[in-house]
Amino acid sequence: MLQIFTHLANWLTYDLLGLQADTRLGIALHFFVEDVSKIFALLIVMIYVIALLRASLNVERVRDFLAGKHRGMGYFLGSVFGAVTPFCSCSSIPVFLGFTSAGIPVGITMAFLLTSPLINEVAVLLLLSLLGWKFTLLYITVGMAVGILGGRFLDAIRAERWLQSFAAKALESAHQDAYKSATGYTAATERLSYLDRHRFARNETLEIFLRVWKWVILGVGLGACLHGFVPDGWIETHLGAGQWWSVPAAVLLGIPLYSNATGVIPVMESLIVNGLPVGTTMAFCMSTVAASFPEFILLKQVMQWRLLVTVFFMLLVAFTIIGWTLNALSPYL
Amino acid sequence: MKTVKVLGSGCRKCKKTADLIRVVAAQLDIDIELIKETDASTIMAYGVMSTPAVVVDEKVVSSGYIPQPGDIRRWLVP
Repeated sequence: MLQIFTHLANWLTYDLLGLQADTRLGIALHFFVEDVSKIFALLIVMIYVIALLRASLNVERVRDFLAGKHRGMGYFLGSVFGAVTPFCSCSSIPVFLGFTSAGIPVGITMAFLLTSPLINEVAVLLLLSLLGWKFTLLYITVGMAVGILGGRFLDAIRAERWLQSFAAKALESAHQDAYKSATGYTAATERLSYLDRHRFARNETLEIFLRVWKWVILGVGLGACLHGFVPDGWIETHLGAGQWWSVPAAVLLGIPLYSNATGVIPVMESLIVNGLPVGTTMAFCMSTVAASFPEFILLKQVMQWRLLVTVFFMLLVAFTIIGWTLNALSPYL
Repeated sequence: MKTVKVLGSGCRKCKKTADLIRVVAAQLDIDIELIKETDASTIMAYGVMSTPAVVVDEKVVSSGYIPQPGDIRRWLVP
């Protein structure tokens, strides 16, 4: 079915523009047209369908479910829900406070918030169609591990000491009087009609697409240039697994860049196809997605500098270790 | 006069929500006081977890999405 995009690229590049299939420009443009049209089509269809299905899952339900769960299971569940619950990153703060004032430990809340940008169903489906199931499974495992272990670590160092005082108070008072779900507003839990679902899905599709389309163009454009103009094997020789510094360098490079998982996957594809090691690619992409300055400035409202800096370094170290480990393991993958 | 508050961190969706409310109120020729609430602890006090959320006369009427003009009309006209 996806062949149609190859035909489209053939027609546009070779027939309409008259480029030759063995020239650099021809190769690059063909790759660009095929990938952009394919990804755009996949994105629009998939975001819509998935949004239809998950329209009734919301953060309020997740909170009620996580409140009072056993800790060990809590990190895992926090991470799972972080992956599947739709919510805009601009809601991180209210979500953090909502969880906290329900008495959910900081580590579990952070497991939710750390996993959330790394994994979402659109990203997973895109990975499946571009890079295959093995890589997808690896990505999900690593993303969830970051959330779960990161959460555990934050609880182990008693991160709640370093919350802003009003947030700490909310957590404490929630522990004193058993959690009541009657704290103000509870989201409408009535069944959604088909029209509601359609409305939600349409808005989601529009919203996500408008946010990521430029990243897709950029990512695929980068890929196309690598594809057409960088000699085969150049990346492998110069940025391969043998160069240990390439992983931390990739992580640092990813910080000022900010994208969401959906936008970064086309970049990932082009890097891997062109021979960048799996670990380095993964470290770069996760750092781009999960460690961003805008997000951290928001979190400042509920965390003291100490905790903020701790979380930041925790992520940098985690991504670097992931990169090295996967590079070391890649011959066996 | 109704007091309408838009709760949110000041993201694009929150601005859109506030603009839309202003437009609908003007169309209906209703005077409202529109307040953008960005303070995290105040938002928490309303028990809201997804923004943008809309509060009309201290009652939360929506949360997590940009409301439709029809919704806003219903909130403003008693």
